[in-house]
Amino acid sequence: MRLLERLGHEVVFPVQQTCCGQLHANSGFESDGLALARRFVRVFGGADVVVAPSGSCVAMVREQYPRLAETSGDAHLLGEVRAHAPRVYELSELLVGVLGVEDVGASYPHRVTYHASCHGLRSLRIGDAPLRLLRAVRGIELVELDEAEACCGFGGTFAVKNAEVSGAMLAAKLERIAATGAELCTAGDDSCLMQIGGGLRRQGARARTVHLAEILASTEGVT
Amino acid sequence: MSFRHAAHAALADTQMRTNLHHATRTIRARRQEAVGEVAGWEPLRTEGARIKDEALASLDVQLETLEAAVTAAGGRVHWARDGAEACAIVTRLVQAEGVHEVVKVKSLATDEIHLNEALAMAGIAAIETDLAELIVQLAHDRQSHILVPAIHRNRAEIRDLFRRTIGPADLSDDPAELAETARLHLRERFLRARVGISGANFAVAETGTVCVVESEGNGRMCTTLPETLITVMGIEKLIPRWQDLGTMLTLLPRSSTGERMSPYTSLWTGVTAGDGPRAFHLVLLDAGRTDVLADPVGREALRCIRCSACLNVCPVYEHVGGHAYESIYPGPIGAILAPQLARMEQHADLPFASSLCGACADVCPVKIDIPRLLVHLRGRANEQGGHRAQQTTMRLLRGVLSSRRRYELAQRAARHGRGVLHRTWQHGPLGAWNDSRELPEVPAQSFRDWWRTRP
Repeated sequence: MRLLERLGHEVVFPVQQTCCGQLHANSGFESDGLALARRFVRVFGGADVVVAPSGSCVAMVREQYPRLAETSGDAHLLGEVRAHAPRVYELSELLVGVLGVEDVGASYPHRVTYHASCHGLRSLRIGDAPLRLLRAVRGIELVELDEAEACCGFGGTFAVKNAEVSGAMLAAKLERIAATGAELCTAGDDSCLMQIGGGLRRQGARARTVHLAEILASTEGVT
Repeated sequence: MSFRHAAHAALADTQMRTNLHHATRTIRARRQEAVGEVAGWEPLRTEGARIKDEALASLDVQLETLEAAVTAAGGRVHWARDGAEACAIVTRLVQAEGVHEVVKVKSLATDEIHLNEALAMAGIAAIETDLAELIVQLAHDRQSHILVPAIHRNRAEIRDLFRRTIGPADLSDDPAELAETARLHLRERFLRARVGISGANFAVAETGTVCVVESEGNGRMCTTLPETLITVMGIEKLIPRWQDLGTMLTLLPRSSTGERMSPYTSLWTGVTAGDGPRAFHLVLLDAGRTDVLADPVGREALRCIRCSACLNVCPVYEHVGGHAYESIYPGPIGAILAPQLARMEQHADLPFASSLCGACADVCPVKIDIPRLLVHLRGRANEQGGHRAQQTTMRLLRGVLSSRRRYELAQRAARHGRGVLHRTWQHGPLGAWNDSRELPEVPAQSFRDWWRTRP
C-alpha cells in the first residue's frame, strides 16, 4: 500500500474480499472454488488493475478461473472472468512488466536471499522481475540461493496431507538458506514464507522471512 | 500401503535418498544442456503434443491402419483388452515355439501387466537384458524409475549383488567391470534365445513400423537375434505418420537421457526375409487406456512418451523415490497415470502426492499439464468419498470465505483465541504440520483493521 502510493497510484482495498478459492480448487473441490471465483469477480469487477502480493492467488485467478467458469457452463461468469482476469497482476510483474519501474526508491540495509515461488515462476512467468526490484534497493546485500527455483514444499493441503514429504522438501530449502548466511529470506508469496518462516523458527535459526513487498516499501536507514 | 506411509519408510532410507539426489541432479543438468541446444524447443514440444493428440483423437481408426500395415509386412497383430489377456497371448506364442527361456528388452508395458510373473507360472524364464532391469531382477527388487529402474542403487550395492549372483567374488565397483560382468552373463543368453520380447516407444500407423530406443544395444540384440519377436505395446504409443518420428526422436532422447539421439534406435516393419526374426507378433494392449480416453481432461496423460524428465525435476520424487508410488509409473506422471490406468481407489492418494510446484509441466516434451491433471484427479478421488472430514472442512471454509462478516469474525477469533488455536492445531488433524515447523504468528492487528483506521 505504502509502496504503491509512494509511486503515485490510488489504492483501494475492497473490504468485501476474502479468498480467491485456490485452496478449494487445488484440493479438488471445484464447486467451492467456483463460488469464491464468483465472489472475486463481484468484489473486484470495478478496478482498473488488481494487484496481489501473492503469485499463487494471481495464478488461480488468471489460470484456473477461466477453466472453472468454462466447466461450470456459466457463460456470463466466463465473460466476466475473461474480462477481469487479465487485469490481475502479481506485485513484481505489475511494477516491472506493466509500470516499467525497477527502482521503487526503497532502502533495506540487510543481507537477503530470494526464494523463487513456484506459481510466480512457472504459472505467471514473472522471471527475474523480483530480483530486478531487489537489486535496485539501496543498501541491500543480495545473495544467491542455490536451487532457488526448487519448491519449498508448502503446496497448500499437501503440507498437511503429506506433512513428512513437505517437511523433507522444507529441510532441503532451509539448508540452502543457511548456506547463504542471509539474515532474511524473501519471496513473493506469503504461503512459501509461512512454510519457510515456520521452519526457521522451529530450528531456532537466526534468519527470518520477509515479504518482497515489505522490502520494497521499506525506507529503513534513509534520513 | 498409502503413499504417506510408504513415503515415511522411504524418507528414513538415507542411502537411497543420497543416491537419488545425486542421480537426478546429474540427469537434470544433462537434459538442460541437451534441450538448450535446440533453438525451436518450444514449437517442437507443441508439435509433439499435437501429434499425440491427433493420434489419440482418431485412435480407433489409426490402430486399424497400423494393424493392416503390420499384417501387410508379414507381422501378426493381436488385440488384448487387459493385462491378463495380453499375458495369455504372449504365453501361448512362446509355448508354440517350444522354449522355456525368452530375452527381454526393457519394457514398461510388460512390467505393468506383470508378464514375467505370468510367464514364470507357465515355466518360462524371462531374462531382463537391460542392465538396470537385470539388477532389479537379480535382486528381486522393484523398479523405482521409468528410465533408470535401479536409480536407488549405487555402485557398491550393485557390486555386492553381482558378487552374490553372476560375477566373480573379487569383482570391483568399477562401472566398466560391472558392465562387463553383465555383458558376459547376457551374451550367452542372447545367442541361445529363440524368442525375444520387447515393448515399443512408438509405432507408426501408416507404415506399421515399430521403434525402440535404448542405450546399451541389448535391445538391438533382442529384436534381431531371436527367430521370433513379440512386441507388447500400449495402444497410446501409436503415432500416425512416418514423419512424426522425426519430432518424437528429437524430443525423447534429449528429455530422457539428455542425449541428442539414443545410442541405439531400432526400427522394424513386419519381417524381412533373411534378416532378423522370421516371425513378428504385435500385441496391442488396452488395459484401461480406452477408459482414460473417455475422460476429456484426464486423457492428456496418454500423450506421455515415458521420458521420465518429470521424475528428474520433481522435488517430491527426489525425496521419496519411486517405490513410494507403488506403481511401475512413479513420480508426477505416475501420479496422474497410475490412478487412471488402474481402478481409481487403488491409487487414490497419488494425485495428492504433489505440492503442485509445476516443475514437471515445464519439462514435459509433450506438454502434459500435470498439475492441472492432478487437481482434476483430486476432484475425481473426492467424488469417490472417503474424504468426508475434508469435505466438511472445505464446506465450512467456503461458508466463512463467502461473507465479509464471517471472515472478519474468524480473523478476530484467531487473534483472541490464539492459544486454543495453537493447541487444536497441534493435536488435531492438522498436527502433522507441527512436526517440522511452527505455526505463523497471528498479527495483533489485521491489515483491514489497519486500513480502516489509518489517517
